Amino acid sequence: MRGDEEHTMSERARLRPDDDRVHDDLVEALAGDLRPVRRLPSPGLRALIWCAAALGAGLALMPFADLEALHLRMAVPDLRYAALGALLTALTATVAAFQTSVPGRSLRWTLLPVAPAALWVSASGLGCLRGVTVPGAAPPEAGGCFAFLLGVSLPLSLALVWMLRRACPLRPNLTAALAGLAAAAAAAVLLVPFHPHDATAADLALHGVAVLLVIGVNGLAGGRLLTRGS
Amino acid sequence: MVALALPAGPGLTARSAAGPARESGVSLDAGLDGTLAAAMAAAQAGDGEAYRRLLRACLPVVAGMARAQGVRPDAVDDVVQDVLLTIHRARATYDPGRPFLPWLRAITQRRAIDGMRRAGRRPREVHDPIAYEAEADGGPAPGAGLEARDRARVLARAVAALPEGQRQAVEHLALGERSLDEAAELTGRSKGALKVNLHRALKALRRTLGRDGPEADRGAGDGADARGRGTHDV
Repeated sequence: MRGDEEHTMSERARLRPDDDRVHDDLVEALAGDLRPVRRLPSPGLRALIWCAAALGAGLALMPFADLEALHLRMAVPDLRYAALGALLTALTATVAAFQTSVPGRSLRWTLLPVAPAALWVSASGLGCLRGVTVPGAAPPEAGGCFAFLLGVSLPLSLALVWMLRRACPLRPNLTAALAGLAAAAAAAVLLVPFHPHDATAADLALHGVAVLLVIGVNGLAGGRLLTRGS
Repeated sequence: MVALALPAGPGLTARSAAGPARESGVSLDAGLDGTLAAAMAAAQAGDGEAYRRLLRACLPVVAGMARAQGVRPDAVDDVVQDVLLTIHRARATYDPGRPFLPWLRAITQRRAIDGMRRAGRRPREVHDPIAYEAEADGGPAPGAGLEARDRARVLARAVAALPEGQRQAVEHLALGERSLDEAAELTGRSKGALKVNLHRALKALRRTLGRDGPEADRGAGDGADARGRGTHDV
């Protein structure tokens, strides 16, 4: 059996076109120092791990939240749907980022966060409209939210990009932009217990700027980080 | 250790590179895919020999996929090497429970696109063997001096053929650029006569030189005609 196999291999080497022989050195170099690798867990499982880590961060912040005010705010439909939309966006964008980091997975995964993101944006927009129509609403202090969103997004993005680097994203900028969306949405979810007022136009605009900033910075910087990894 | 019992030859490459939609040789591809998947699983566990065989088996498949993607023949080897390096880096991402060829195809397609983009950015040398010959020369055209001399000779002959008064008017007023007073003094004719003679001389010259080519020469010799057509001196 062994002899037959060697005979087959030598036959194949003889039949191999000359073009293939130019790669022999590289093949030998790669096969020569081959070390066992630990297979990466499935993208879904890795997404779950990151979401669990983000949830842990959220739970760690809960003692500082005003839970009674949170309960009251969640009774308002548009605030509830905006929070739900942000949560679903974070989950789906995380799954999409991990799926696109593995070669051979469908690009259609990138469409997964579209519907939740639409819910998030539209529900936030409704809250903004209500803030405009209801008189006497206190002017918001959106600067704190902006800093919160950026400050929370940064460690979440770094953790996500670090996990994604272990895979091989063939479209690093796309994967990093999805990671940015996931981090920004997760930060928006974590902001909900600490948000002291309804969303207003300026508030929503500032949130939008923060989210786009996180996605953009991730897409550029994270893309470069992931390119080195791939 | 994983043995790769692969049929060698171009048919394997072409069919494997065709893509999932056109995989008519399903059994061949399924067999190849299973073998490659098993080899990659062994490579993940550290089996260098299986990995060597896997990479060698991938070479024609990757080259075929790259060509199908539109990579130029002289750039296929570069893409193949890029793909081998990416396979090496990404080998932990391969799940043996899934088919191997779509994983390989995704890597190859991406590296082929990267290669084509790099080639597009690289400045290309333009080969134009007749560029020097096709460049317009700013200097006078060859034969320009001969043409100028010919024109001067024809003009001199035409002027010489004019009646005496008209010839004097042309020589002094037009060619010599003298004033009417000077010309009148030199020729002993009145200024009015000089003007009329110059007018008639120019009319005769225009008629004589207005003809093209050899006729101009012939016309220059017909100066006597001018005298016969009422263009007399004043």
